[in-house]
Amino acid sequence: MSRQIWDIPGGIHPAQNKIQSLQTEITRADIPAELVIPTQQHIGAPAKPCVEVGDKVLKGQVIAEGNGFVSLPVHAPTSGEVIAIESRPIQHPSQIDGVCIVLKPDSNDTWGARHPIDNYQSLERNDVIDAIRNAGIAGMGGAGFPSAIKLGIKPGTKIEQLILNSVECEPYITADDKLIQERADEIIAGLEIMQWLVNPQETLIGIEDNKPDAIAAFKKATANNNIEVVVVPTKYPSGGEKQLIYMLTGKEVSSGGLPSDVGVICQNTGTAYAINRAIHHGEPLVSRITTVTGDAVKHKGNYEVLLGTPVDALLAQAGADMSAASRLIMGGPMMGFSIHDASVPVVKVTNCLLAPTTEEIPVPAQEQACIRCGSCAQVCPAGLLPQQLYWFSKSNELEKAEHFNLADCIECGACSFVCPSNIPLVQYFRFGKGQIRKHKSETIKADHARERFEFRQARLEKEEREKEQKRKARAEAAAKKQAAKKAAALANPPSDASGSPTTPGTDDVADTASNATKLKSAWASATKRWKDAEKALTIAEKNGSDQLEAFQKKVDQLKAKAEKTKALYEDAKTSAASTSPSSPSASPSPAVAPVSNDPMVQLKQASADNFKAWKDAQKKTQEAEANSADNLEALREEEATLKAKSDASKAAMKEARAKEKEAMQAKKATEDPTKQLKLDAAIARTKAKKALKALNSLDDDHASHAALKAAYEKALATADNADAALKAAEEA
Amino acid sequence: MTDDLSAVFSLVSMAVLFGSALGYAAVKFATDDDPIADQVDALLPQTQCGQCGHPGCRPYAEAVANDEDEINKCIPGGEDTIHAMADLLGKDFIPLDAEESDVVDVPMVAYIREDECIGCTKCIQACPMDAILGAAKQMHTVIVDECTGCDLCVEPCPVDCIDIIPEKVTHTTWAWPQPDGVGITPGQLIPVRNIA
Repeated sequence: MSRQIWDIPGGIHPAQNKIQSLQTEITRADIPAELVIPTQQHIGAPAKPCVEVGDKVLKGQVIAEGNGFVSLPVHAPTSGEVIAIESRPIQHPSQIDGVCIVLKPDSNDTWGARHPIDNYQSLERNDVIDAIRNAGIAGMGGAGFPSAIKLGIKPGTKIEQLILNSVECEPYITADDKLIQERADEIIAGLEIMQWLVNPQETLIGIEDNKPDAIAAFKKATANNNIEVVVVPTKYPSGGEKQLIYMLTGKEVSSGGLPSDVGVICQNTGTAYAINRAIHHGEPLVSRITTVTGDAVKHKGNYEVLLGTPVDALLAQAGADMSAASRLIMGGPMMGFSIHDASVPVVKVTNCLLAPTTEEIPVPAQEQACIRCGSCAQVCPAGLLPQQLYWFSKSNELEKAEHFNLADCIECGACSFVCPSNIPLVQYFRFGKGQIRKHKSETIKADHARERFEFRQARLEKEEREKEQKRKARAEAAAKKQAAKKAAALANPPSDASGSPTTPGTDDVADTASNATKLKSAWASATKRWKDAEKALTIAEKNGSDQLEAFQKKVDQLKAKAEKTKALYEDAKTSAASTSPSSPSASPSPAVAPVSNDPMVQLKQASADNFKAWKDAQKKTQEAEANSADNLEALREEEATLKAKSDASKAAMKEARAKEKEAMQAKKATEDPTKQLKLDAAIARTKAKKALKALNSLDDDHASHAALKAAYEKALATADNADAALKAAEEA
Repeated sequence: MTDDLSAVFSLVSMAVLFGSALGYAAVKFATDDDPIADQVDALLPQTQCGQCGHPGCRPYAEAVANDEDEINKCIPGGEDTIHAMADLLGKDFIPLDAEESDVVDVPMVAYIREDECIGCTKCIQACPMDAILGAAKQMHTVIVDECTGCDLCVEPCPVDCIDIIPEKVTHTTWAWPQPDGVGITPGQLIPVRNIA
């Protein structure tokens, strides 16, 4: 063999303990009384149950569908009835229950429809990958990553090596070894499917030199094809994906990178076997080979177990004496974890069940202080500094731990294995990794929360702004309405408003007018103060005061002020006159002359003016008579004209008033005839009452008695008539 | 003498040159936001709970950045946040300004006992994260993924049907616990002795 093997750094050589479970053939495990099938047996989102309690299912039928890209379906491991879908203890170190589909087998183990693909080469590659995905195949070495995703390489990626990982370096585990010995042809068939899928330059099988039988079986199976079996020296953990890739190709997968980045795809032996079963036989992944070993187990060996078989059922079949076992370990002794409950089911990634006695694997020793011996750094296969990572993880210095590439730790346990102080280093690293992950998710959540909060703030502000705008618009509309109402009210004032001193019209005019009044009083007071000051100045001059200049100054100031206010007043007056549309020819003296739009008021005003003018003229005439003036005749004539004018205006006013009254009555009558009638009736009745009273107060023999009585009777009749009319009207 | 003059001249011209360059840069590359407040804000847990006495995390960050408030007011952030802020601002660590009972280590979420909810929408208005779903006279419920467990919805509830409970740990959020340390037998570890 000319192929070069690169040696990984570090590594350990723990006791193999594989021989115990290699003595027997693969045994088919019994179908248990109840299968507990977790919806999460792979990395990614849990599958979604697609059956209901009470459904009868056949072997291989999908009972839970994949939920997203990184997810896989779950199939019924045997035929039977779904009796529950509930939370059950599952294979997780957190000891948190997971959703499981509980199946009660009918012991017939009847397969449902199987669709083998005889000639997969004639299909599209994606269809074959879909078939692998639909068969629910996850990486069976322990991680459980969906195999279809690994095989679905990005277009343009050139795969140089396809590697089948048959190293199985962890102590005790012989599942792959036994599978190779018994079914090498089937594994190679699965590998050939993968070969066709990814089209690599070369296909390698990596296998440790502690499995001579398996090597022989592979050699035989690969005699007629281009698959090369590469034997690597036994060393833990050469079965790690990155470690094996380095050993076989010398290529290092970068931190955080994928093997396909360096043109390599690595798959597990069990996965190749499962792919063969899925494509050539149409069988989804419903069972796997699991090593059951440990000194507490009587019949150590490899079992072909239906997925979902509770661990205790399997152990019972293997004759395990659980009272002798110190613990129960799922997975290998290096990377596995203790399970808390023996009812936990076997799943796609369960390659080993270990029930060791206390002598075999004693209770861990007490943790001692780190003595900085550096042994851990020497055995680390990832080339890390476990002692540094330990300090950082322990003191929660996560940034430093990240800086020292904690993420690249494969948790192989080599460092813990060699630690003379029995420090559970891997546990510290798992803790540190968990904290970093938690911290990251918290940061993401905080950013998300910040975004949401800021968005909410912005939204509230926007709402507030909109509300404010609406409020403003409403207030404006209301103000406009109010103004319109006021204007309307002023345009049609009630008739008794004629005495109102304000100039009717718009508010502006009223404002200007009142402003003018104010200014007038200001002018008056300013003038008064100026005059007073002048008086004081005169007195001071007379008395010869020494503060004469101050007085003079004050007087000047006051004078200026008085003049200024006068000017302002004049301005206001003119503006009031010009802005008042209803009174362009307002009477000259008071700026606030009462002028009205109402014809009645105007008439009244005119009549009063005319009356005054006549009276003035009369006075003048009388004076002139007394003084026997020359223009007496003219004056008399003027007086007569004015009197006529005044009389005319008076008559006009009277006429207008009568008309108004009539109109009002007519309006009232049209508005409510019954009201008018009621009024009439009431008036008539009052008159009748009055007449009766007058009648009673007089003696019978009084002269006017008869007349009064007649009047009373007449009034009474009128009242009766009115009442009758009212009744008729009401009925109508 | 000419040397002196040239030295003075060169220094002055350099001062003018760099001064104008700096002045230009100060105007051209001026930041609107306070970069220190941004950094402090990034350290805060964004629960928007207001327990620090500020209306949200950002205002507290600004107060801390402007030296108007102490760095030990963030109760949900706990001591980690105080350490981080102390490191960032070059201040000394001071213990958290809170009652012992106020401090919770685990993430909390609000939970509405839905059969008791009367649908008053008061909690919806109080929630700074818009994490409560519901309508008037309809039952309300908390969107757990958005809830920061800030407590602000508990007070307004007229029927006291809101509890603040620890967030449920799932397989994805679970993390390995810290080993107990020196002198104690580790719990979950599986050591293998070379007994062959």
